[in-house]
Amino acid sequence: MSKRVIAKVISQEEISPRHFKMVIDAPEVAKEAKIGQFIHLKWVAKLNEHDPLLRRPISLNEIDQEAGTITIIYRAIGRGTQLLATLKAGDQVDLMGPIGMGFSIPEDTNKFVVVGGGMGIAPLYPVVKKLVELNKEVTVLIGAENKGQLLNLADYEEMDVELKASTVDGSYGYQGFVTEFLDDTLIDADYIYTCGPEVMMEVVQNWVIANDIKGEASLEERMGCGTGACLSCVCKIKVRNESGWDYKKTCIQGPVFPLNEVIFDD
Amino acid sequence: MTKPNLAVDLNGLKLQNPVTTASGTFGFGPEYRNYVDLNRLGGVMVKGTTLNPKLGNPTPRIAETPAGMLNAIGLQNPGVDHFLARILPLIKDYNFKTIVNISGNTVEDYAKLANKLNVEGVDALEINISCPNVKKGGLAFGTQPEMAASVVEAVRAETDMSLITKLSPNVADITSIARAVEEAGTDVISLINTLLGMKIDIHNQEPILANKMGGLSGPAIKPVAVRMVYQVAQAVEVPLIGMGGISNADDAIEFLLAGASAISVGTANFVNPEVTMEILDGIEEYLVEKGYEDINEIVGKAIK
Repeated sequence: MSKRVIAKVISQEEISPRHFKMVIDAPEVAKEAKIGQFIHLKWVAKLNEHDPLLRRPISLNEIDQEAGTITIIYRAIGRGTQLLATLKAGDQVDLMGPIGMGFSIPEDTNKFVVVGGGMGIAPLYPVVKKLVELNKEVTVLIGAENKGQLLNLADYEEMDVELKASTVDGSYGYQGFVTEFLDDTLIDADYIYTCGPEVMMEVVQNWVIANDIKGEASLEERMGCGTGACLSCVCKIKVRNESGWDYKKTCIQGPVFPLNEVIFDD
Repeated sequence: MTKPNLAVDLNGLKLQNPVTTASGTFGFGPEYRNYVDLNRLGGVMVKGTTLNPKLGNPTPRIAETPAGMLNAIGLQNPGVDHFLARILPLIKDYNFKTIVNISGNTVEDYAKLANKLNVEGVDALEINISCPNVKKGGLAFGTQPEMAASVVEAVRAETDMSLITKLSPNVADITSIARAVEEAGTDVISLINTLLGMKIDIHNQEPILANKMGGLSGPAIKPVAVRMVYQVAQAVEVPLIGMGGISNADDAIEFLLAGASAISVGTANFVNPEVTMEILDGIEEYLVEKGYEDINEIVGKAIK
């Protein structure tokens, strides 16, 4: 059950220009959190309480139930995230969470492929960790602008996974887009998880459909309430009705949806 | 010290306290059950309901603005039949008054909605007159006194239930609309709905909302709302429910002093899901601190 808590920042560091990693002391949230869920976050205002106004939905990059902490990685690009980036150890954040339907891991499935692009790499790390714990075969495909933005790269390098990375500027791995790895006939998968820019996920979706496998995608939308009330964050999902689709709430019905059922056209 | 009375009587609609939630910001109520003791709310104005299900507008539907936000949801809702069959049974036993916000494209739509909603468990209707009238070229019902009155009259003819008419601020003279809907038989007036606005992305060079325009809400609109409540309170006899940017107890008290008998909390629910409880406690503290025994003593106190 999600709740609202005022929690303390344990640490915050800029891991790459404009990319921040924040560890938050939130035992109640860590205890309940599942892979693929997110928190809806606001700085505790000292001044200018009303501006920027809204919370920011940010995926969980690590859930440490023993330590009672959660970790987020985000890019400080707008006014809200830039304010979050000014927080230091000991400062407080106001968070709602954990929210959403996370990733599921199907039983009797062995070969998993994870495809992450840019900030979309962040929510995938807990999935990979879980799969490794379960002794699954995991191929991790990640792509970003440059080496610094290949989130969790050092973690993946130390894990028992097949790792392929790409960068647009060629500063690490293959120079190009992560989706180009999918053309590699050596990539063999029973199930796929993806998160990243819509254009990337659409390529992954086409590949999944062409190869007749299933998977899940974690989506991002502009969000208001985070409770399912305001209907701001809806996304188009295929359903069996006259029009063939319906709007689903990314916050509480997602952010993870079956990859084959997502309609990428907005 | 005895607790001050918080109950208010809105022309027959009795609320256990003046704190309600604005339509479209609180779902049907249960969306907030993890955060709020729903039984402590005075009333819940449920998501705007139409005769048929509506998919609403494409995304983006929301844009943040200075101390506020724009929305263009487009009345996405499951339709009145679904509401009656599936949702009303889940909420009718709570202590809050269930107030159904209704929207239509014709006067007949509103009348049909009122007829269908004339059932046990629905405590009042809130008539949203900010919708476009398709028979009058899409001009909103709430922009002309005669059109606004025609909607209220049509609904009044279908039901004896308490009627709340929600006024749009996007008009030249809100008091003339208020007088027209009072004359037409509304029991209560709620105000204000959102202010029409726009935000443009300077890099893409186009409006951010897919619908281009949207309704501005949040703290940014509060002074406009307080002014309109203050004006309408002096123009009509019916009680008012004030809303528009209420984010804390101080804001709520401002509306009460301006002449509202109850208040609605909207956008602030997104910012702090527990805010309604904090407002309720804060109003009570204010009354105790100032030595009032009854909340009704401060209604309209700022009007000289």
